[in-house]
Amino acid sequence: MSAEDVLLRGTELTRRWGGLVAVDRVSIAIARGSVHAVIGTNGAGKSTLINMLSGELPPSGGSVELLGQDVTAWTQARRARAGLGRSYQRNTIFPDFSVFENCRLAAQAQTQRPWAWWQSAQRCPASTAAARDAAGRAGLLALLDRTAGLLSHGQKRQLEIAMCLATAPQVLLLDEPLAGMGAEETERMLALLDQLRAGHAILLVEHDMDAVFRIADRITVMVNGAVIACDTPAAVRSSPAVQAAYLGEGEAAHG
Amino acid sequence: MKPDVSKIVFVLIAFKALALYPLIAGSFGIDFVTKIMVYAIFALSLELLVGSTGLICFGQAAFFGIGAYAAVLLTPAEGPASLWWLLPVGALAAAVFALVVGALSLRTQGVYFIMVTLAFSQMAYYVAHDTPLGGGSDGIYLNNKPVLGWMGAPLLDLDQPLALYGFTWACLLTVFAMLALLLRSRFGRALAGIKANEQRMRAVGFSTYPYKLAAFTLSGGIAGLAGFLFAVKDGYVNPELFSWHFSGAVLIMIILGGLGHLRGALIGAFAFALLQEFFKSESVFGAFAKHWQLGLGLSIIASVALLPRGLVGLPGQWRDRLVGRTDARGAAGADAVDAAKVSP
Repeated sequence: MSAEDVLLRGTELTRRWGGLVAVDRVSIAIARGSVHAVIGTNGAGKSTLINMLSGELPPSGGSVELLGQDVTAWTQARRARAGLGRSYQRNTIFPDFSVFENCRLAAQAQTQRPWAWWQSAQRCPASTAAARDAAGRAGLLALLDRTAGLLSHGQKRQLEIAMCLATAPQVLLLDEPLAGMGAEETERMLALLDQLRAGHAILLVEHDMDAVFRIADRITVMVNGAVIACDTPAAVRSSPAVQAAYLGEGEAAHG
Repeated sequence: MKPDVSKIVFVLIAFKALALYPLIAGSFGIDFVTKIMVYAIFALSLELLVGSTGLICFGQAAFFGIGAYAAVLLTPAEGPASLWWLLPVGALAAAVFALVVGALSLRTQGVYFIMVTLAFSQMAYYVAHDTPLGGGSDGIYLNNKPVLGWMGAPLLDLDQPLALYGFTWACLLTVFAMLALLLRSRFGRALAGIKANEQRMRAVGFSTYPYKLAAFTLSGGIAGLAGFLFAVKDGYVNPELFSWHFSGAVLIMIILGGLGHLRGALIGAFAFALLQEFFKSESVFGAFAKHWQLGLGLSIIASVALLPRGLVGLPGQWRDRLVGRTDARGAAGADAVDAAKVSP
């Protein structure tokens, strides 16, 4: 991968909570056209890492670069407007709004125009078009008028992705998009991620190992806040250090 | 998102009825309904914060009081001031104070926000109560009510109860229409998103703080307009206009009417004022009428318990009882009421 294709780069990111080091000098680079998965046991620091990259949590040390710009001091909203989209592990849709309005409101972030208070939001051409497009890509066109809170769990996960896409991001940070999904829904979501890979740089945090090894181009393995491996799926699978961390074979790490 | 015809019809009939009311009313009725319409403007200002943005402000009376005191303090001693500048300046004074209070208090959340807004309104109360500026606990009289003139000819003399009634009606209509437009605009939808899930709004790219501050400032300006009209109506202001009882009363109005609806503020203001008048009436309660607050309090507890969606939700509640179902929107509305209930 060439340097220009790296859309999001975290360098030496560290986060301390008092004496506890949740993330310890982690560097990560996400390139356009690739799915980069981050795996690790619970408490390994994956969510903390994603929160530092998205701007929800200021790092104790290190820097974040988005599209070649240093964005370490930027707020989450500013990073989002610059092309960084994220979805959440728990559903964070707007349950009372329709599917369409969920996507439209997300798209509105790119053309906010809050001073035009006399114009109806429903007539905003930019956000309505982007919302329809995003819902279509996430496979929700048939459900545009449905109240979001009444969707099935899998559809809500799709809506999470659609809201993310509606903001026209170049980088996607997806926090466990497959959580709680059935086999069929998982297949559909993986197919969607595969489609999105072409135009985006995707960071995927996921517990479903089968899915991760199928879809990821690169895998970063975290243990206790530190990276112990970052390589192709095949290399990670055969890495003794990773096996030791996951299977608890203490001697393998040294051998 | 489709415009609901029954809502529009209700609002049109309500404003039409208010416009025709002076034809059948005596001077007491005109004065009473003018007061209620002022309360309704005040309630709409708080509805913008609590019902539309999810910010529970417990210091709304401060903005009302500033609008009222501005009307009195800025009127020159020698004669009436022109409404053209006095009204905007009164509302603007309240908006500026709201901008400062909002800039600081919006850095907190939840119960802390409630407490900080209360603290600021108490500060304003003591400025009015204990400094020479505010005239002390006796209050100040407005000797010359503002006039609305055009090219030297008086158009409207607010000393006339009927003129004041009409002007207040026009203000209420303007505020209502403006807020209705605002809430369906991009700005309004962003506020609705902030109320539903502020974290998600930041994640898609909204800087939520300026949005909340703009809503807070606008709300303060509208409350200032209501206070201004109140001072002109009574011709008298006192520090009780700033009191936290009044901030609580307006919160009760919008909860009673139904949070999340502009109509709720309108209905709530009427319901509150009518209940208050009912429990105060000696012809109904005799000597007990002096304990009117007891009756009012009990009826408010009963209505919140029995009408979780407020008076606005009453038709829907009856429909649900007949058809036997509850829809998702109604349940969410009840949650909002629950959230507001714990506040005061």
